[in-house]
Amino acid sequence: MSVLLDKNSKVIVQGFTGSEGTFHAQQMIEYGTNVVGGVTPGKGGSEHLERPVYNTVKDAVDGSGADVSVIFVPPPFAADAIMEAAEADIKLIITITEGIPVADMVKVKEYLSKTDSRLIGPNCPGIITPGEAKAGIMPGFIHKKGSVGIISRSGTLTYEAVDQVSGLGMGQSTCIGIGGDPIVGTTTLDAVKLMMADKDTDAIIIIGEIGGNMETDAAMWIKDNKTKPVVGFIAGQTAPKGRRMGHAGAIIGGKADTAEAKMKIMRECGIAVVESPADIGKTVAGLLEIK
Amino acid sequence: MNLHEYQGKSILKNNDVAIQEGFVAETADQAVMIAEQLNKKFNSEFFVIKAQIHAGGRGKGGGVKLAKSIEEVRETAGKIIGMQLVTPQTGEEGKKVNKVLVAQDVYYPGEEEPEEYYISLLLDRNTGRHVLMYSPEGGMDIEQVAEKTPHLIFREYIDPGLGLQSFQSRRVAFNLGLKGAGFKSMQLFLRGLYEAFISSDTQLLEINPVLKTSDSKILAVDCKFSIDDSGLFRHKDIQAMRDLTEEDPTEVEAGRHNLNFIKLDGNVGCMVNGAGLAMATMDLIKLSGGSPANFLDVGGTASAETVEAGFRIILQDPSVKAILINIFGGIVRCDRVANGVVEACKAFGSLPVPVIVRLQGTNAEEAREIIDNSGLEVFSAGSFEDAAEKVKEVLA
Repeated sequence: MSVLLDKNSKVIVQGFTGSEGTFHAQQMIEYGTNVVGGVTPGKGGSEHLERPVYNTVKDAVDGSGADVSVIFVPPPFAADAIMEAAEADIKLIITITEGIPVADMVKVKEYLSKTDSRLIGPNCPGIITPGEAKAGIMPGFIHKKGSVGIISRSGTLTYEAVDQVSGLGMGQSTCIGIGGDPIVGTTTLDAVKLMMADKDTDAIIIIGEIGGNMETDAAMWIKDNKTKPVVGFIAGQTAPKGRRMGHAGAIIGGKADTAEAKMKIMRECGIAVVESPADIGKTVAGLLEIK
Repeated sequence: MNLHEYQGKSILKNNDVAIQEGFVAETADQAVMIAEQLNKKFNSEFFVIKAQIHAGGRGKGGGVKLAKSIEEVRETAGKIIGMQLVTPQTGEEGKKVNKVLVAQDVYYPGEEEPEEYYISLLLDRNTGRHVLMYSPEGGMDIEQVAEKTPHLIFREYIDPGLGLQSFQSRRVAFNLGLKGAGFKSMQLFLRGLYEAFISSDTQLLEINPVLKTSDSKILAVDCKFSIDDSGLFRHKDIQAMRDLTEEDPTEVEAGRHNLNFIKLDGNVGCMVNGAGLAMATMDLIKLSGGSPANFLDVGGTASAETVEAGFRIILQDPSVKAILINIFGGIVRCDRVANGVVEACKAFGSLPVPVIVRLQGTNAEEAREIIDNSGLEVFSAGSFEDAAEKVKEVLA
């Protein structure tokens, strides 16, 4: 078991024939993901990477039975692509695209609330269940099948955590990159609930950052519902107020969304918070041993 | 991207939001001409001269003045244009004023006392909706209002499919204590305000104060517009409003190289791929006894050109004592990055400060060999911890 994604997932790629879509679809296939086709409007009926290309997501679902979509569509058209996937009843929509206007995401969020599709991202590396499937852009080889679930707002910092965990001989159940934008489809709390309920996940790592209060919300829930150890790190302890630190969502607005404030609440809620990003792996290792 | 008050007011006016009228001037002569025009239109001898910089608290620093005659306009505008304006938000060095807004005096006496309110539109991250936030405590720092009298801050959450509804704008007016003509004007004001906000991909629109004049007009006296950078591609007109003199020159230069750079005031420069890892690297520098001199995300490709540009930008800051390069090679191969670093170091000649390079991920071993065999005085580090230790060593 794992969460959201496994070897049976039938994955399509929106923006299939573009350079990003092509490269990463190829990588996903090499990893062993069941990529059943892709969507590029106007290229329906052709083949790409030995898989069918469809004009619409609806056609792709009808033709291939897809239940997961990974979106590489450029920012001006990405919101539309997400809604198209939801309308075609794709259950898991993973949006890699960075730079979607916030106003577009406000509409997408409202639209999705009336469907039972789950959005991951945008502005995220995607999801991987090591040894089974990867739906995203993370380097597959650093991952190892195991029992640590990782939830993160970042890309390369997640790889860093994965690498530490793998390096210490542990592995990951599923890694979810929830994305660095101010509006994301799946919050830290949503992902924590999935991992807490997953019998193959023995420990959870939350990698958060400044801005918003997703980590605080998750911490409050963890306080009352924790059944397995949770390690937390918040990036941006040295970030200045009011500046956007690369990610559109990484901005300190007030006292409550600083790294310091989040770390304090997470600690109070029973999360093992590390100050140094170098300590993520060994802290999980320690907790799993004493469990 | 932030806009000047005068630019924001032009967007408001285009959306039929009533504003304190005025025009922008770059010289005292222009200011006088504008004042003469305003005098013809509003028949008042009073004018307000407002420094146009991207920072709040301008009044406190002497950047907003009332002029009681055309002569005073010349004198005051002359003083403000070119001054180094220090406000609670500019830092000690202040900001140079290049332009002033010469505006009508809207606090004229009349039947009623003028009243000030606070109104803003922004994203509520919890609900994923836009929210109209307002308070009868206008003209004050809203963070202080939120702290001391939170019951005086009200919110209307906006349905993205429907926009601001009439029952909501009526409630705003009731909560602000408006009646009669003021109540009616507020309805039009809010309709236009929401339109201005939504049609320009704004992430924050703050009007503080909103004024009810002595004859019950509702006007935007000040305005702060912050536009969502991701939405700028569909607003050529707003792109043209960008004022580079308001931005840090190093950050502007970094932008030209597609580098995401933010200057800080520490002593260890850093160059990282990915925003989250960049922040984590800054945190690590701090834990190692240093303090980060910058945030720098080089993005997906760390080529020789980007690394060289990164060096040049970081080294403009004389307080930098060391540079830490931290790259996690996923799709980017570390050996390529290592070659890029070596080429950049050679192109640079001798680097004035020690450089620590940590390359992890795809082909990390080969990368370390390239760095170690380059003959350059560059320290290579393996783990994140190792990098922290090296930073400690070079700072000691």
